[in-house]
Amino acid sequence: MLSRTAENLYWLARYVERAEYLARTIDATLRVTALPAAYIGKTNEWDSALLTAGVAASFYQKYEEANEHNVVDYLSFSVDNPSSIRNCIEAARLNSRSVRTALTSEMWDTINSAWIELQEVWSKGTSTREDLAKFLRFVQETSLRFDGSAYRTMLRNDAYWFSRLGLHLERADNTARILDVKYHVLLPEEEHVGGPLDFYQWSSILRSVSALTAYHWVYRETLKPWLVADLLILNGTLPRSLASCYDNLTRNLDQIGVAYGRQGPAQRHARGIRNRLEHSNMNDIFQHGVHEFIQEFITDNSRLGEIITKQYLI
Amino acid sequence: MAVAFDEMNIPGGDLRPAYQELARWLKETPPEALEYRRQEAELLFRRIGITFAVYGEAESTERLIPFDVIPRIMSGKEWALLEKGLKQRVRALNMFLRDIYHGRDILRAEIVPDDLIFQNPVFRPEMNGQQVPHDVYVHIAGIDIVRVDANDFIVLEDNARTPSGVSYMLENREIMMRLFPDLFARHRVAPVERYPDELLAALRSVAPLSASSEPTVALLTPGVYNSAYYEHSFLADKLGIELVEGRDLIVKNNEVFMRTTEGLKRVDVIYRRVDDDFLDPLTFRPDSVLGVPGLMSAYAAGNITLANAVGTGIADDKAIYSYMPDIVKFYLGEEPILKNVQTWRCREPKDLAYVLDNLSELVVKEVHGSGGYGMLIGPAATKATIEAFREKLKREPEGFIAQPTLALSTCPTCTASGLAPRHVDLRPFVLTGSKRITIVPGGLTRVALKEGSLVVNSSQGGGTKDTWILDE
Repeated sequence: MLSRTAENLYWLARYVERAEYLARTIDATLRVTALPAAYIGKTNEWDSALLTAGVAASFYQKYEEANEHNVVDYLSFSVDNPSSIRNCIEAARLNSRSVRTALTSEMWDTINSAWIELQEVWSKGTSTREDLAKFLRFVQETSLRFDGSAYRTMLRNDAYWFSRLGLHLERADNTARILDVKYHVLLPEEEHVGGPLDFYQWSSILRSVSALTAYHWVYRETLKPWLVADLLILNGTLPRSLASCYDNLTRNLDQIGVAYGRQGPAQRHARGIRNRLEHSNMNDIFQHGVHEFIQEFITDNSRLGEIITKQYLI
Repeated sequence: MAVAFDEMNIPGGDLRPAYQELARWLKETPPEALEYRRQEAELLFRRIGITFAVYGEAESTERLIPFDVIPRIMSGKEWALLEKGLKQRVRALNMFLRDIYHGRDILRAEIVPDDLIFQNPVFRPEMNGQQVPHDVYVHIAGIDIVRVDANDFIVLEDNARTPSGVSYMLENREIMMRLFPDLFARHRVAPVERYPDELLAALRSVAPLSASSEPTVALLTPGVYNSAYYEHSFLADKLGIELVEGRDLIVKNNEVFMRTTEGLKRVDVIYRRVDDDFLDPLTFRPDSVLGVPGLMSAYAAGNITLANAVGTGIADDKAIYSYMPDIVKFYLGEEPILKNVQTWRCREPKDLAYVLDNLSELVVKEVHGSGGYGMLIGPAATKATIEAFREKLKREPEGFIAQPTLALSTCPTCTASGLAPRHVDLRPFVLTGSKRITIVPGGLTRVALKEGSLVVNSSQGGGTKDTWILDE
């Protein structure tokens, strides 16, 4: 297939995944900030929402204060923020238009309808909490529909694999970022372990990657920070864990390699990261430093993006 | 202006045979049901994303072309005549182009004046003596046809460069079949669905000699911001070929390749929807980013087929148009089946004088214009507009032609106040391969939605209809 087509499919999936992640982040932050201050401590949750989205620097060029109104606006509707939900959907539609021939009609319909709804219903943003909740649900449903229609209707060929690569790379990046921002509350030696503050922080992390229920199914325990970290980093059964993303990334890259009859640096690099995840356990990671581990992962992950681009997309 | 030919009603109250079943159906169908399906159709168009962009408007001007749900119906007999005339016309266009870029018999015979060719900006000296694969220049032609009475089809324009609109022909049919199955069941409508297959077959048949036995065809688009982008992606999809932009292609050793995820892949035939000027920055406009550097040298080396060929604009130029009846006679020795509109060439003093005296009754068009831009419709223009145009005309008479205001035929059309006659034209699509010419029965009917308006261009408020050819 055309390199440009592959590139568009890859980015299309990334934009949709990012939009969903932003919606989840806002949703989780709203829940935490709704609690009495005693439960959440003095941290500014809106500030950390900006950090997990990776847009804090550009935000403060425009706004003085990270409060609900400003952050929701910036993450959801701002035209100035290149990765606001609005811009993600705009970019996804533009990418879809460029590769319509590679999309199934169901996928196109999802993106196009979302884009139309964005203009017709959400062009002025949201004014009430209720509206906002509706908007966030709309974004998450769009992503689910898109993902589902890709899964159910696409031919299993390189078009599908490149779009999955985008999805999993973005997802790994998002999970890693939330861990990066919140790692301090996961450290076992923090003084108020088990206090209400941590409980809500941890559940907020889990909620933002839709893993709160999964946690209980996997561990059948109350929330414990190292288990939260274990779930998000190493547990291969949780779709948003780093391990699971890398299982998928290596598999999709292998499928491309087999179809094209050639392996390359992307396959090797992805396999390297997966092996590291496979042979780690939480003890080692805490010993080594969660923060350092995550930082390294984020670098490696974006390096994989560059390698894929070089090998296939240009 | 003469009274327009009504395609449905015979003066005196009878119906033309092709419309009898439709009339019966309309009588049985309550207006609300029709309105409901009209809205349904609009929703479908928007969801599918069948939009076009209007140049010169602000951003986010993806617009829908209004679709009128009342089909335009022609009998099989009418179509047979039209088809014969179209094939004749397109055969002549191709022979004319071959001649202009080679022996130039027609100039020597003084049928067409030299300067009209050589001083014409759409004449491409690069094509002189250049062999094009299978001697086909115009692979896809969109011939604009109007009717003024029961027996005569008149060619308004020969579009021999990159005619668009065929996606509407196909989508309109798709939507009509979806929304009006009952109406379809009562007619025998000749299918148009095989157009993509015919097009692909035609394109593959003209592959260069150096191509493999399974030639690779690609569609070259200027990109998502082009007004016809939807059509480009639609066709690429239906043909199962890659939709490429200039940056996806590269020329090496006079061969054209596309950049794929598996490396470079040779392309043999390019169905290009990019104008000549932008095809190759090394040959034409150096500032073009839409084209492919070196494409013309690969073309000269005979390693790529461009459809349509470069330089076909000289055949659909409005000044050349007026010579078409003579061109048909010259190459084919036949009387033209399709008529031309009477045309005054403003470059000729006698004609210019007549045009200047009768501006308020004529349609004046720029020789190199298209899409309904830059023309004067005398009967509908204000005095001031006419005077301004008069000055333009005096300054540069060779840039214009004039035609009488035609009474385009009318078809029943949904309007705010119920069904009413509106003026229509028809663009059938004529495909020329290495061995044969094919036309799917039908075409794009464009309709001027405003009462009395004669301008059917989508950029000027025109709509479209499904066109039914009855298979009798």
